[in-house]
Amino acid sequence: MCLAVPMELVARRELEGEVERNGVRRKVSLALLPEAEIGQHLLIHAGYAIGAVDAEEARETIALLEELARASEEGR
Amino acid sequence: MRGEGMLFDPRAVAALARRIRAAASALGRRVVLMEVCGTHTHAIAAAGLRRLLPPQVRLVSGPGCPVCVTPVDYLDRAEALAALPGTIVCTFGDLMRVPSSRGSLERSRAAGAGVRVVYSPRDALDVARAEPASRVVFLSVGFETTAPTIAAALAESEDSGIPNFRILPGNKTVPPPLRALASDPGVLLDGVLLPGHVSVVTGSRAFSFLAEELGVPAAVVGFTPADVLRGVLELVEQLRDGRAEVANLYGRVVREEGNPRARTVLDRFFEPADAVWRGLGAIGSSGLALRPEWAHRDASRIEVAVPEPVEPSGCRCGDVLRGSIEPPECSLFASACTPDTPVGACMVSGEGTCAAWYRHERRTAKERP
Repeated sequence: MCLAVPMELVARRELEGEVERNGVRRKVSLALLPEAEIGQHLLIHAGYAIGAVDAEEARETIALLEELARASEEGR
Repeated sequence: MRGEGMLFDPRAVAALARRIRAAASALGRRVVLMEVCGTHTHAIAAAGLRRLLPPQVRLVSGPGCPVCVTPVDYLDRAEALAALPGTIVCTFGDLMRVPSSRGSLERSRAAGAGVRVVYSPRDALDVARAEPASRVVFLSVGFETTAPTIAAALAESEDSGIPNFRILPGNKTVPPPLRALASDPGVLLDGVLLPGHVSVVTGSRAFSFLAEELGVPAAVVGFTPADVLRGVLELVEQLRDGRAEVANLYGRVVREEGNPRARTVLDRFFEPADAVWRGLGAIGSSGLALRPEWAHRDASRIEVAVPEPVEPSGCRCGDVLRGSIEPPECSLFASACTPDTPVGACMVSGEGTCAAWYRHERRTAKERP
C-alpha cells in the first residue's frame, strides 16, 4: 500500500503538478512538497508528491552497485 | 533516473548474496530479520530473495500491510455506512475484498451499497464536489506514507468549502508496534529492515529508538532486490560486529528529518490515539484520530448499527503478522484459504504475507527439509 513511484516533474502551476515516467503523464498535488522544482524526480503516492529523489545519492548508490557487479564478474 | 537498471542487476545481487554468506558464517548463530512493509514482503517474494540467503539468516514479515492489520469492526462499520441512504463510501482498492464479519465491501457494492474505488483521496473529494447532495466517506487507512495525503485532502475540503466530505479514521503508525515487537521477549527479532516510504515522511530519525534504547540493528531500505540485500548485509554485519545502529541505505529519497511539511499537514488534523491491530491487539498511541475541532469531518461519529465483530475461525493471520509462523504453518494456507477464496486479510491484499507466499514461495517451502 505504501507503493510510491519516482516520476519527473515536467510542469507546475502553484500546487498542481504534472509528472511523467516512461511517457505516462499524471496530475499530482504538490501540497506536501511545495518546494518541488521542474526536472526533479518526485516520489508519487496516492496522487501526491511525498518526497524528492536526491540525484547525488542516487548516483552514489548506482556507482556502488556497478562496483559490486564488476567484483562479481571478477569472482570477488 | 540514469542507471536505475543497476538496482536490479543480477551480478550486483549475486555479489551482495556472496558478501551476506561470508558475513553470516562469522555469526555463529541463526538470526531473524524482520521487514515491516507490504511492499518489501512482495518484493522479497517476487524476486525469490530468500533462496539467496544462507541458513543462518531468516527473513520474516511483520505487521507491514495496513490492510492486513485493519480490525474487522472497521470494515463492518464501513459497510454499515455504505448501506445508509445518500452515503457514498470511497476506498483504496486494497480494502475491497478483505473479509468483514459478514461479507466484504465488494459484496456490499454488488448488493447495491454506495462503494467506490479511488486511487487518491483527492478523487474522493471530486466525488464530493460532483455529488453535493450525498455524504462522501473516505476510508482513511494506511501508514505514515498515506496519512499526510489524507490530511492534505482534508485541508483542501476545508479551504475550498466542501462540507460533504468526511473520513473514517483508521490510520496507523509504524514505530509503536515495532517497539512492542522488539521489546517482547516472546518474539525472536535480531534486526529490522525499515519501511522506505514510511521513512520518507517520518525520517530515519523516527526509528533511532530501536538501536539506542533497545539495541536492535536497523536499516532503512528501498524496494529493489539490490536495495533489500544491501539492508540484509548491513544488519548481518552489525550483528557480527556487535553494533546496533539505524543505517539509512535509501538516502536517495529518505532524509534523517523526513518530510517536515507532510508532518505539519498531518498534525493539523490528526493526533495520536490508541489503536487495535489485527493480530497484535491494542497498542498505545499507534493510531491517528481526528482532532476534536474536526469532528464535522469524522465519519466515526455517524450513528449507525454495527454488528458484533466475528473473526474468521482457524485463521492464523495474527501469528503471521507477529512473524512467529510462516504462512504454510497455518492449516488453512493454500487449502481453504487462497487468493480466490481468502479467509484472512493476509491472503487478500497483494502485499499480504500469505498472498506473497502463495504466489511466489510455495515451491521453495515444499523443498525445505
